[in-house]
Amino acid sequence: MPDTEAQIKVKADGSGIEEGQIKWVMNPYDEYGVEEALKLKEKNGGDVTIVCVGPARAMETIRTALAMGADKGVHICDPAFDNADAFVVANALAAVIKTLPHDIIFCGQRAIDDDSGQVGSMLAEALNLPQLTLVTKLEVAGSSVKVIRPIEGAQLSIETALPCVVTAQKGLNEPRYASLPGIMKAKKKPVDVKNAAAVGTATDAKAKVAKTVPPPARPPGKIICGDDAVQKAAELGKLLREEAKAI
Amino acid sequence: MIVAEQRDGALRKISLELASTARRLADQSGDEVSAILLGSGIEGLAAELGKYGVDKVFVGDNAAMEPYITEAHAAVVAKVVKENDPAILLLGASVQGKDLSSRVAAKLATGLATDCTDVRIDGGNLVAVRPMYAGKCFGEIITSSTPAMASLRPNVFPASENAKAGAVVKVDAAVDAASIKSKVLEVQKDASGKVDLTEATVIVSGGRGMKGPEGYGILEELADVLKGTVGASRAAVDAGWRPQKDQVGQTGKVVSPNLYIACGISGAIQHLAGMSSSKCIVAINKDAEAPIFTKADYGVVDDLFKIVPELTAVCKKLVA
Repeated sequence: MPDTEAQIKVKADGSGIEEGQIKWVMNPYDEYGVEEALKLKEKNGGDVTIVCVGPARAMETIRTALAMGADKGVHICDPAFDNADAFVVANALAAVIKTLPHDIIFCGQRAIDDDSGQVGSMLAEALNLPQLTLVTKLEVAGSSVKVIRPIEGAQLSIETALPCVVTAQKGLNEPRYASLPGIMKAKKKPVDVKNAAAVGTATDAKAKVAKTVPPPARPPGKIICGDDAVQKAAELGKLLREEAKAI
Repeated sequence: MIVAEQRDGALRKISLELASTARRLADQSGDEVSAILLGSGIEGLAAELGKYGVDKVFVGDNAAMEPYITEAHAAVVAKVVKENDPAILLLGASVQGKDLSSRVAAKLATGLATDCTDVRIDGGNLVAVRPMYAGKCFGEIITSSTPAMASLRPNVFPASENAKAGAVVKVDAAVDAASIKSKVLEVQKDASGKVDLTEATVIVSGGRGMKGPEGYGILEELADVLKGTVGASRAAVDAGWRPQKDQVGQTGKVVSPNLYIACGISGAIQHLAGMSSSKCIVAINKDAEAPIFTKADYGVVDDLFKIVPELTAVCKKLVA
C-alpha cells in the first residue's frame, strides 16, 4: 500500500495513479492482524502463515510479517491479478487457505489503497465460515472466540465458533516492530510463490474501476478578519449562519 | 432494490437516504423501488420507507433476524435478491451495511462498490463513484454482473419525501439455527448518548493544538451548542487524549457532516483524507501556513483557546 502520508496523483488518462514516487508499506490494518495472530501463537502455540495477493514488490511486505515473527508465507503473484477486485482476491486467497490448516484468518478491515473493505467477508463466504468484522478486542477460549465490535453509538460483544475470519480494526493492539534478528531469520523462512494457474480461480473482476479522477476541487476559502477574537468569532458565526447556512 | 437498516425497531437515517437515492435512479430508468427490511416486529416501518419513495417492501419479520447476525441476514437478503432479480442493489456503508454488503456480494457472485459518494445511471449501467486512497482520488466503478451493488456513505445522499405505496410483501426469514455459528452476547450502549461521528451533522474536532486532554472541554461546549460530536486527529488519539473511536482520518473514521470545525489541527494529508467530503469546513489555527486552510471554507488565524469560547457564545445566541 502507499504510505498514509503519500501524495496520490491521478494519471492524465484516468487509468489509475502515478506509482513512481510512492513509498510502499504494509497495510496498517493488516499489521494489526499480523500482531494479533502472533500474540495468539505466543499464548497457544501453532503457526502463523502470511497469504498475500500482490505484485512482486509485495514480497517485501510478506518478509516484514515474517520478520515480526510469522512462520511462512504464500505469495500469489501474477500480472493476471493486476486489475483484480475484492471478489477475485478473496477467491484466490480461499483456494490457497483451503489447503492450509487454519483456526482464525485475520484480514485488515480494509486496505488503505482502494478502501474497499470487502475481502474479509468475501473470503469468509468462500470458505463458508463465520465472520467478525471491525474487531477491536479478541479472546480465544477453547474452540470459540469472543470479540468486541464497535458499531455506531454502541459496542457489541460477539461469540463465534472456530474456524472463522476476523477483520482487524485500529485499537486491536499495538503492532510490534521487526527486530534485527527477526529480519535476519525472515530471510530464511519459506515463501511459496504461486501464479494464477497454480491457484486456479477466475481472475476477471466483477467490479471494474472504469476511470480514476482527482477529488473535486473546493472553491478557495475566506480568511476571517477582525481586530480581536470577539470580532472574528462574531464574523465567523454570522457567515456560518447567513452564507453557509451551516448553523 | 435497497436493504433498509433498522435498530431497536426504528429505521436508521441511512435507510431513508437509500430509499431517496434508489427513487432518483429508478425514475431515470423507469423501474420500481423495492426494499428488504429484516427484523422482529418491524412490519410497521414499511410505511415510512414508502414515504421516501419505496414501492414495495419485502418484510422478513422473524425472531431469528434480531439482533443482526451476518450469516442469518446475508442468507435471507441473498434469497430475496435471487427471487426478484433487481438490476441494482444498494446498501448503507454503515458498520452493519459494510459487514453485510460484501458477504451478500460474494453469495451472489457479483461486484460491489463500497462507501460511494455518488451514484448515477450512464448508458444503462450503474456508475458508482467512490473515494479511494481515503479521498485522495475517486474511482468510477462499473459492475459487469447483476445486480450491480453499491453501498452508500452515510450523510452524503439527501433523504427527501416522495410518497409511494410501500406495499408489504412478506418473506420467509426463518433460518436454520444450526447454520448460525455467531451469537451477540451483549450490546453496550455508548453512555455519552452522542451521535456517532459518521452520522453527525456537526463535528468539532481537535488536534495537537489542544495541548492536552483537558483542552477538549471548550470543544465539548461548542459541540453541545451545535448539537454536534467531538472528533480528534490521529496525533491527539495517539497521545492518548481522546479515545480511538473519535479519530477522523485515513486510519480512523471518514466523515461528511454539514459542518466540520477543525481546531488546532494542522491538516496532515492523513487527516484531510478523512474529512474533506464535509459540506462546510472551518479551520481555527494559529499557524497561517497550516495545510488545513487549503481545505477550509472559512479560516481563522488565531489562538483557538480565545476563538472557540467566543464562537460558542455567538452560536448560543444564534441557535436560541
